[in-house]
Amino acid sequence: MQLIEDHGLLRFLTCGSVDDGKSTLIGRLLFDSKAILADTLSAIEKTSLKRGMQDVDLSLLTDGLQAEREQGITIDVAYRYFSTGTRKYIIADAPGHEQYTRNMVTAASTANLAIILIDARKGVQPQTRRHSYLAHLVGIPHLVVAVNKMDLVDYSQARFEEIKADYLAFAAQLGIQDVRFIPLSALKGDMVVDRSENLVWYDGDTLMEILEAAPAAHTEHDEPFRFPVQYVCRPQDSTNPELHDYRGFMGRVESGSIKVGDAVTVLPSGRTSIVKAIELGGEPLREAITEQSVTLLLTDEIDISRGDMIVKTDALPTQTKQVDATVCWLAEAPLDRARTYLLRHTTRETKAKVAAIEWRVDINTLERQAAERLQMNDIAQVSFKLAQPLLTDPYVDNRGTGAFIIIDESTNNTVGAGMITKLAA
Amino acid sequence: MMLFNRQQTQLKTLPHLDWLEAEAIHIMREVAGQCSNPVLLFSGGKDSICMLRIAEKAFRPGRFPFPLMHIDTGHNYKEVTDFRDKRAAELGERLIVRSVEDSMKRGTVVLKHANESRNKHQSVTLLEAIEEFGFDACIGGARRDEEKARAKERIMSFRDEFGQWDPKNQRPELWDLYNARAHKGENIRAFPISNWTELDVWQYIQREGLELPSIYFAHQRPIVRRQGSIVPVTELTPAKAGEQIIDLQVRFRTVGDITCTAPVESDADSVEKIIAETATTTITERGATRLDDQASEAAMEQRKKEGYF
Ligand SMILES: Nc1nc2c(ncn2[C@@H]2O[C@H](COP(=O)(O)OP(=O)(O)OP(=O)(O)O)[C@@H](O)[C@H]2O)c(=O)[nH]1
Ligand SMILES: [Mg+2]
Repeated sequence: MQLIEDHGLLRFLTCGSVDDGKSTLIGRLLFDSKAILADTLSAIEKTSLKRGMQDVDLSLLTDGLQAEREQGITIDVAYRYFSTGTRKYIIADAPGHEQYTRNMVTAASTANLAIILIDARKGVQPQTRRHSYLAHLVGIPHLVVAVNKMDLVDYSQARFEEIKADYLAFAAQLGIQDVRFIPLSALKGDMVVDRSENLVWYDGDTLMEILEAAPAAHTEHDEPFRFPVQYVCRPQDSTNPELHDYRGFMGRVESGSIKVGDAVTVLPSGRTSIVKAIELGGEPLREAITEQSVTLLLTDEIDISRGDMIVKTDALPTQTKQVDATVCWLAEAPLDRARTYLLRHTTRETKAKVAAIEWRVDINTLERQAAERLQMNDIAQVSFKLAQPLLTDPYVDNRGTGAFIIIDESTNNTVGAGMITKLAA
Repeated sequence: MMLFNRQQTQLKTLPHLDWLEAEAIHIMREVAGQCSNPVLLFSGGKDSICMLRIAEKAFRPGRFPFPLMHIDTGHNYKEVTDFRDKRAAELGERLIVRSVEDSMKRGTVVLKHANESRNKHQSVTLLEAIEEFGFDACIGGARRDEEKARAKERIMSFRDEFGQWDPKNQRPELWDLYNARAHKGENIRAFPISNWTELDVWQYIQREGLELPSIYFAHQRPIVRRQGSIVPVTELTPAKAGEQIIDLQVRFRTVGDITCTAPVESDADSVEKIIAETATTTITERGATRLDDQASEAAMEQRKKEGYF
């Protein structure tokens, strides 16, 4: 028996300024789609009551940490899950506070759709801009601007249109094209799952309808095949003599697809070969597609190890010891130009030094300014010199081979995120 | 411009179980690639049974690049520990068992009273085992849908040398670029099935035809009803004076320490029936079955801060 028909999986996040109602919206979405179970509901009812609230505080569903409940704010991303008749959803509830922007970036990096909330009374805020900019920067293909708390502005269409015009002016500056607007009240449930008497002037889809129709694919355009090798399987000690010469290259298809018989190049060595077999758990496959974890076997004996990349011979990435990237600085300690950092890109790691900080962006005016240092939450264009070559594509073409993280070796913390822009010659 | 139109995408996408499996394989291989001495925690429960299948898909025809380990409270159902041993033997992989009772003998675990549940003391034994073997990463089968503090945890979760989780200061975790780096003495907890729900687990068990300990399926068991919970009557958990023991048709949704795991009333005796029940249940997995989490609103967060899985 197959209870849930499969339309794949959609990952989305809620973001926007502090208190715009992100957590409440997720609570509402889960509540109205009947994904909250009785005991969870009774627990948050009890807590709401204890805090002297009249209605059930739906934000308690995702604000799971003690500190969050005490302060009524979101500090770190919460992940929630639900499925409709047709697909599974992974929701990330991001914090609105500027201090926790790095957690919003964490949530955004894996999302395929972002719901940006705006409090109808307050309109577009600096943090609305920051989150929109970040959502756009990490390449989330679908943006939905939800004008929330419509109940507090008498469900005014004029107010909705005003905010929409404001936002569009800003979005045009950023080059954001695919954006939709929806008026709603997360608290009352208007236009979340159910339509609303209060918003008869709005004839667009409900939020749930938008989610159900959004494409599930992480990327919607064809990309060249990229297979960073994670692990090499050499079961020499096996008692099975057939396995004596087995060399399996294990990894996840970051982009594109591959078939048995395809011509491939192994980088950085540049050696070429043919795909002899594709396996999953020892079982043969004819083809592997994007996001599938498989094992590749090649016809030639080539020395390949973790950090190498197998690609189709007809579309090679750039091999480079210098990258230019848009960087989000995520750590409290500022970027120190004198220091050496570690870059992790696909399954490769290399030491890196800052060659130049080209500019830093002012999130309000989108102006580019000169900068010597980067502070937490800064977004800047930075070029790096690398100790080892990376195998890259521009991030806009390929998220998998265009992204890297910056690690501080003294603490092992992830201190920055980079998206490769143009490629140095 | 037509937006949000599904016809627009010609690319093939993975059905949701395949996607979840591919993500989990990728995470396990990252641990194997980045860490020098990882271990996979295997209890014999349904989540860790799925983890073993994922490990097979990730590493066969090779051996697992890590041993399996169970932290045994000494209060586990025999059906489950027998299954644990059998499964490890079938796979031909090394199983390490470390027991809370040994920590009690060493004096590193001190119970407040003889009947106190040993469940939370697993943290101590786990940390001792990590030190004994020098493990730099533990791969576990925790899911974010289980509990509100778990819903907040990263896939690669950093623990300091006391095993503590700092929920207000987690490492950013972007894309699928996991950072499993840790200094000596520190530790990474990796959760490959973070994004799975209880229903996903059962659907995966069905699809893969995985065998489970018998107590996951409906069976007759003597129980008492206590404060809305069904408490199994065992040597460790006898009926209290005045309580009425009845035989009930039950199954376990989660199997853990006997003293804090309760079954649910059910006549689902097959995976198909369990899936049907899971899809329509009105109570969460832990809500129905954990006698320890109901103690306080932040019980799990507190335990995790102290080194619990
Ligand atoms: N009247 C009204 N109040 C709302 C609505 N949505 C949310 N609220 C209230 O706004 C307050 C903040 O809501 P949250 O959901 O916690 O806001 P948030 O955006 O998640 O906040 P952070 O995560 O801390 O940035 C709460 O008191 C909610 O009850 C709405 O549609 N109408
Ligand atoms: Mg919130």
